[in-house]
Amino acid sequence: MLFDKFDPQKKVMFQILNEKNKIVNKEYEPHISNEELLKMYKVMHLSRVADIKALQFQRQGRMLTYAPNRGQEATQIGAMAALEKRDWLSPAFRELPAMLYRGVPLENIYLYWYGNEWGSHFDPSLHTLPVNIIIGSQINHAAGLAYASKILKKDEVAVATIGDGGTSHGFFYEGLNFASVYNAPLVVLIQNNQWAISTPRRKATKADTLAQKAVAFGIPGIQVDGNDILAMYVAMKEAVEHARSGKGPVLVEAFTYRLGPHTTSDDPTIYRANEEVELWEKKDPLPRFQKYLASKGLWNEELEKQLDEEHNEYVNKVFKNIEDNLGAVNVEDIFKYNYETMTPELEEQYANYKAFLSREEK
Amino acid sequence: MAIKNLLEAINEALDQKLSDDNRVVVFGEDAGFEGGVFRVTAGLQKKYGEDRVFDTPISEAAIVGGAMGMSLNGLLPVAEIQFDGFIFPGIAELVSHVARYRNRTRGAFSVPLVLRIPVGGGIRALEHHSESLESLLGQIPGLKVVTPSTPYDAKGLLISAIEDPDPVVYLEPKRIYRAGKQEVPKEMYRIPIGKAKIVQAGTDVTVVAWGAMVREVEKAIKELEGSNISVELIDLRTISPLDSETIINSVKKTGRFVVVQEAVKTYGPGAELMALVNEKAFLNLEAPPRRVTGHDVTVPLARGEHFHFVSVRQIKEAISETARY
Repeated sequence: MLFDKFDPQKKVMFQILNEKNKIVNKEYEPHISNEELLKMYKVMHLSRVADIKALQFQRQGRMLTYAPNRGQEATQIGAMAALEKRDWLSPAFRELPAMLYRGVPLENIYLYWYGNEWGSHFDPSLHTLPVNIIIGSQINHAAGLAYASKILKKDEVAVATIGDGGTSHGFFYEGLNFASVYNAPLVVLIQNNQWAISTPRRKATKADTLAQKAVAFGIPGIQVDGNDILAMYVAMKEAVEHARSGKGPVLVEAFTYRLGPHTTSDDPTIYRANEEVELWEKKDPLPRFQKYLASKGLWNEELEKQLDEEHNEYVNKVFKNIEDNLGAVNVEDIFKYNYETMTPELEEQYANYKAFLSREEK
Repeated sequence: MAIKNLLEAINEALDQKLSDDNRVVVFGEDAGFEGGVFRVTAGLQKKYGEDRVFDTPISEAAIVGGAMGMSLNGLLPVAEIQFDGFIFPGIAELVSHVARYRNRTRGAFSVPLVLRIPVGGGIRALEHHSESLESLLGQIPGLKVVTPSTPYDAKGLLISAIEDPDPVVYLEPKRIYRAGKQEVPKEMYRIPIGKAKIVQAGTDVTVVAWGAMVREVEKAIKELEGSNISVELIDLRTISPLDSETIINSVKKTGRFVVVQEAVKTYGPGAELMALVNEKAFLNLEAPPRRVTGHDVTVPLARGEHFHFVSVRQIKEAISETARY
């Protein structure tokens, strides 16, 4: 069994497609249809384009604070491809690739970072929660989703994502512990991107791996090369099946790297060496997956060029629509959604404010 | 009809909602097998099984945040926090998520759930077991906060809370859990959230209280019998959203206003109500509005708590001085 063979306490990391583009652990190479492989790559590519552009828009003063995810696409896409549609994602805030893969429109994700709540208004049947800023709390939400799934016999697994820094939080322990006690179908995916803003992974925990924290909950854990999309897919598939079968949660640590800043307000050159970043640039998950697809005859330079053009055009169009049409806030909306129906006090405050806005300054 | 105390009335409301709606789940620390440290949930696990009435690990953040996840995925959670002072590890989930989710998603998601918390002092308990939370929770947009003062209201308010489309914090004044019995209808009924109750009509002075303080004011009124002061007593019942209409109408009639709260004085609902009275009934006032509250101190341990808690004598003094001003 995968979790026994790659026991995090033995300090072994699961890989299939390594950084030299070699297949290791051949017996685990997944059988993914060509169609799905291409979908995975295309969403990865779209995410990369949208991520780089969001940073550019922000630098141009057109976008507000944004949390880039460049470098973490394989972790997220590999993981999401292993889920069923009915399963849940309870994300943190660096999950552009995962949310795109789950079907959340880029309009929404951009609109959120543009500073408008309507960005987090998308079809609840996508079973994807909106961006969550409070570090670690999404584990509790996912534990609740999973418990409800179990009690209502819905056969839905809840997946929560968290960073390496987030594992220091009490929420991480409380949520996983609760779900473990009741065998709720929860999978927690730690995206160990090595840095919690400026705090290195070694200052988050004394433990050798984050995956070994599973031992304390009495559940399986595994450390996976997060830049290896195939290993991510296989490990998550196994984790999700374990949870779905009623055996309780699994803890998956994806060993990856945030190539960009924490957010657009952050300057990573203050706290980390260029050599380290360069080393990880060489492990970029995108070219790695691209070469794998090419080796299967599914991808080539021409297709890549076409996709570049297509996605650049699409992302520009989405952002322009936000700037021109969707971005502005309707004042009523800030009052309207705090309760199902506005309270008498809110009605009064809104009426007074509307009257204030409509009269001339004396 | 049956004669029940406040605790039994809550138990009956939970029992009937568990029976009425399969989505309802009841849980908290020791709330399952044992029926809670106060026995509010006694007998429910046996009746509805361990899936729907269960113990949680000692994890307030997981109780509150988990309840939100359950609510998002089709359950109607009624979660218990064991004591008022234990809510703080769960406050982050309550304030940062539960209260905000509808607004955050512009209505795509909503979080109907109930958080039951025994509150207030007077049972000579340990530190962190006697806190008043209405000031803290009353100012959170997106939350509704209710607190009953009688067994009848306790049942009707809890049923309304469970059926409400928004998250409701249900504060249980623990010192009156078993303080008195009252006839409570057997069938389900609802007390509307956001509506205060005129407990006793009067013409000279408006007194507003809630939770355990309502009984204290009633005692004061009884002791004032013969002093020829006609008190209009209003039980707020809902801390948020506030029923300002009932209060303003009353103050316009009496011209005098006293508010009684167990919580610390500064920035409490009492202050909010005084501001409201000044904004909307200023010209009707015949005396300065007055507050009777706890001091702005940490709740003392059991031997000294009586110095902090509002006494009947303080309430009497405030009422008669305001009436005679």
